[in-house]
Amino acid sequence: MNKRWKALLPRYLLLTLFMLVVLIPISGAVLSAFKTDIEVIQGPFSLPETWRLDNFIQAWQLGRFNIFFKNSAIVAVAVVIVSVFLSILSGYAFGLLPLPGRKWLFPMILIGYMVPLEAVIIPLYQFMDLLHLRDTIWALILPQIGLSVSFGTLWMTSFFENAPQELIDASTIDGCNRWQTLWLVLWPLSGPSVTTLTVLIFMWTWNEFLLALVLVQDEALRTLPVGLAFFQGKYTANIPLLAAGALIVALPTVLIYIFFQRSFIQGMLGGSVKG
Amino acid sequence: MQPNRAYPGEKKWKGWLYVLPGLLVYLVFTFIPILETIRTSFYRWDGFSSEKIFVGLENYARLFTDNDFLRAFSHNLVFIIFYCLIPILIGLALASLLGRGKLPGMNFFRTVLFLPQVISMVVVGVIWRWIFNPTFGPLNLALRALGLGHLTRAWLGDFTLALPAVGSIATWVEYGFCMILFLAGMQRIPEEYYEASSLDGASRFQQLIHITIPSLRPEIVVAMITTIIAALRVFDLVYVTTRGGPGNSTLVAGIVIYRAAFLQNQTGYAAALATVLMLIILAISLLIRHFQSQTVELE
Repeated sequence: MNKRWKALLPRYLLLTLFMLVVLIPISGAVLSAFKTDIEVIQGPFSLPETWRLDNFIQAWQLGRFNIFFKNSAIVAVAVVIVSVFLSILSGYAFGLLPLPGRKWLFPMILIGYMVPLEAVIIPLYQFMDLLHLRDTIWALILPQIGLSVSFGTLWMTSFFENAPQELIDASTIDGCNRWQTLWLVLWPLSGPSVTTLTVLIFMWTWNEFLLALVLVQDEALRTLPVGLAFFQGKYTANIPLLAAGALIVALPTVLIYIFFQRSFIQGMLGGSVKG
Repeated sequence: MQPNRAYPGEKKWKGWLYVLPGLLVYLVFTFIPILETIRTSFYRWDGFSSEKIFVGLENYARLFTDNDFLRAFSHNLVFIIFYCLIPILIGLALASLLGRGKLPGMNFFRTVLFLPQVISMVVVGVIWRWIFNPTFGPLNLALRALGLGHLTRAWLGDFTLALPAVGSIATWVEYGFCMILFLAGMQRIPEEYYEASSLDGASRFQQLIHITIPSLRPEIVVAMITTIIAALRVFDLVYVTTRGGPGNSTLVAGIVIYRAAFLQNQTGYAAALATVLMLIILAISLLIRHFQSQTVELE
């Protein structure tokens, strides 16, 4: 046992070192959110004298993070539900159904996953204006569904391609049509794939910045990341307040990440393998 | 029954019913905008007036003499060092030092190391702006406390240091990702390779060069593509930390496009820049896909 620990100890020290590099800035910000101005300057990493929630309350009310939070939640939930549903349908078609034109349709969808947002943002701005959707919540929801469906289709296609063919044949023999096969036979198997897709789309939508910055000018429609960016411009030196705001923005994705850690990491490693 | 085949008597276009709803949203809000960006790049246009003049490749010609854009793009290239090269080297070094053996508690370390990947870049920017703050930022406070007061700087406000300072934030975000990717890949390498080479007297470093790196080629390629693209498309991080300043010292392509399109009313020109950026990113993605299919053939 002793010898084993001797061999393991350097590895743990190394891991701990690199983990601390990640953790120190984050924990500094977390601590700051509970402190007063003076406490932050006195010792960035010391514990607050009392764990005050004033900063959160101030950010939430004065900083209007309550409104930003609501906007982010509406956008994220709408984008996730619609994109995942549409991706399941199109992934099913690409993976298992007769689909004339599949050959050229597939790369066309792949392009949407690879291009940077800069490639779509200019026409989207014009287009939203034309439809009178700029400065509405739809300007945030619709483009992100379009972008998410691109990745989602690729993701679900690979799930359906690898679905057990015997099961599909058996369900056909039992008289299931394509729609029934999808929802009665394949849907129950899709849990891990769909969970990963859901958490990834949620995170990307929640953290999206450029679209929300450009397509919405009305302060009442800002999402959390954009709200935080403007908040920072206003309260540059108020570290406790900024830290509290940052924490509000980060908390939902971090919580979901901790809950669905495995799906997250596998998805992001696997998702990038595809790209 | 083969996948993608119609059953006897089934309509051949059945799949289209399932593809259509998603495809419509994708076409309208992603694919057509891509084409429209390319089309706009051939026009001189301010973005709102009806005066839209076809100018052929003029916008593209201008790009090569636009010092702001060229400088910005050179910064994107510098960012490749911080987004890609350094994280991959750290990841490889750590992965090879940690080896393949199971470490109890690895789950915990992995969770933390991956954390920067899930946090909004705006939040990351806010945190690091505080750390780099010249008067009350922890970095300068720590330097002063260590008696190294002469080393304190206005990190993000310094013309030469701002670029590497922002770059190091990117390194902070990416290295955990690379490391976890490589550690996952190493589980695939047979232990016998290492045992045999140890018997032959190979050093750790030789093992890294001759066994680990060649075996991890698919993962390294993935890490490269992801991080290089992140370096080329960077926007949020720079927008939040420096907005491209001081001067133009941290200007990147994404900021130039944003300014040209939405602050300077040079929509046609911005579209040309966006098209170039998109083509470079697509080219890199396709290049890497090519490499990936090669690795599959090798196996």
